[in-house]
Amino acid sequence: MKTAVVVAVGLLAVPFVLPGTFYLAVASHIVVFALLALSLNILIGYGGMTSLGHAVYLGVPAYAYAVLTADGMGAGLAAMLAVVLGTGLAAVFGVLALRASGLGFLMITLALGQIVWGLSYRWVGLTGGDNGLRSSRPVLFGVDFADPVRFYFLLAGLFGVALLCLSQLAGSPFGVCLRGARDQPRRMRMLGHHVWLIRYAAFVLAGFWGSVAGVLYVWDYGFISPQTMSLQQSAEVLLMVVLGGAGTLAGPVAGAVIIMLVKTVVSSYVDRWASLLGLIFIVVVMVLPQGLIPGLLGLRARAAPMRPTPVRP
Amino acid sequence: MPALQPGAALEITGLQKRFGGVAATRDVCLRVMPGERRLLIGPNGAGKTTLFNLITGDLTANAGSVKLFGEELLGRPVRARVRMGLGRTYQILTLFPDETFAHNVALAVIGPSGLGWRVWGRFAQRADVRAQADAALAQVGLAGLGDRTVSHASYGERRRLELAMALATRPRVLLLDEPLAGLSAPERETVSAVLDALPPDIAIVLIEHDMDMALAFADRITLLNFGGVVLEGTRAEVIADPRTREVYLGE
Repeated sequence: MKTAVVVAVGLLAVPFVLPGTFYLAVASHIVVFALLALSLNILIGYGGMTSLGHAVYLGVPAYAYAVLTADGMGAGLAAMLAVVLGTGLAAVFGVLALRASGLGFLMITLALGQIVWGLSYRWVGLTGGDNGLRSSRPVLFGVDFADPVRFYFLLAGLFGVALLCLSQLAGSPFGVCLRGARDQPRRMRMLGHHVWLIRYAAFVLAGFWGSVAGVLYVWDYGFISPQTMSLQQSAEVLLMVVLGGAGTLAGPVAGAVIIMLVKTVVSSYVDRWASLLGLIFIVVVMVLPQGLIPGLLGLRARAAPMRPTPVRP
Repeated sequence: MPALQPGAALEITGLQKRFGGVAATRDVCLRVMPGERRLLIGPNGAGKTTLFNLITGDLTANAGSVKLFGEELLGRPVRARVRMGLGRTYQILTLFPDETFAHNVALAVIGPSGLGWRVWGRFAQRADVRAQADAALAQVGLAGLGDRTVSHASYGERRRLELAMALATRPRVLLLDEPLAGLSAPERETVSAVLDALPPDIAIVLIEHDMDMALAFADRITLLNFGGVVLEGTRAEVIADPRTREVYLGE
């Protein structure tokens, strides 16, 4: 409860603390990618399934939203249909990808992601090909969210709802079963659990929250191109989760903050920002292989008993 | 085929399993009555654990039939067999070491229920599940230890936890794969007492190398060798049979 209040206050304080609209735009981008990383974390962190095609759920709903609103559909309905489409895609891809596990699963998600990426690139009539599609900030329930501050509050509100739902997941019966299926699938079957269906549900759930992030993405950037679904984008989200710490709630968010800050802010001062990102990743993997957040928590826990006890006179 | 003989808890006929050219299970027939205590003996590699894996569905049989109270198990997924009343423990402990005893057993409690699909509400705070988990823990003499973490538990406690998880799925037929393996003498006493106190309506098939305990426990004994049944009979019959000495107890 205390954490929830701190997070909510922190999210709402951002526009009043940050100087200027540039940083507010960065904050908005971070929120979008934090949600995407959190959705991938359901698969990687709790399910033990490493996907290298998660950017599909960012791109497909974004395209769907851009196409539907260009045809004159209202923003609210288009957003909902886009999320349904993205989730439906996850329901289909899940059947294909979950025929395998481990490296096989990773390769199938990679291949499916590349197929969708290629499609967005070549289906020029629908997607505009390399030029992409433009979109705009939504008007929802008669409220125009073109204003950056107002739009940020919309993002923060939706992100807060997502965070609340995802914070429940890990400790919920389903989350516990998902982690059980990750650690001891054979035992879980012998306890009467439907391990495949548990993994499949997690896959679809990850697709759902990824699709929500996709709609937020197209609102935020106002533009969608094949680049959004590229392998590089999928790898970047994976990096966010692993860097921050898979299987935690704060980890993927921290990963998203760091990577987005390096990409958008640090890159204006440092030419070799990509090398810097690589360096950060290497250092974290070497020093805190569990990821930043679990690593730091672990260090703190280890440091606690080592504190010198006050000597009594 | 003989007509279905009613009443058997577990009925295996003509069960076959090949790994390449090696027959791990050859034409095994086994009939266990409700509430019976059956001991499976045989040297290492005789196919005892393979037989368990075929019954549970961890392995797929090449031919034969396995019936649980008259219903065919082969062809069904593992979870369906569990829901029909099949339970099992593993020779190699298969627990969730970072979690508490109650958490481990609770996973078994919610297995056959639909509760595992809830994405809201804390698993650890469900009083109904916890009560059932505590009941299963009490059955194996771990009452009041629900909040202990597995990695902090003794080996004997883990063996009993393994048993509690199997019991929590409410089995009618329970397969125990060396429940005394790796235990010290006092721990053996404790676990043996727990096994003796198991509900009499559960049919139990036991693989065990500790002969003192196992012979006292079992009603009937089946001797396996090279994947096939060598002989079956009462305790006295099997001990007296020269083939037992030949195959298992040494020349």
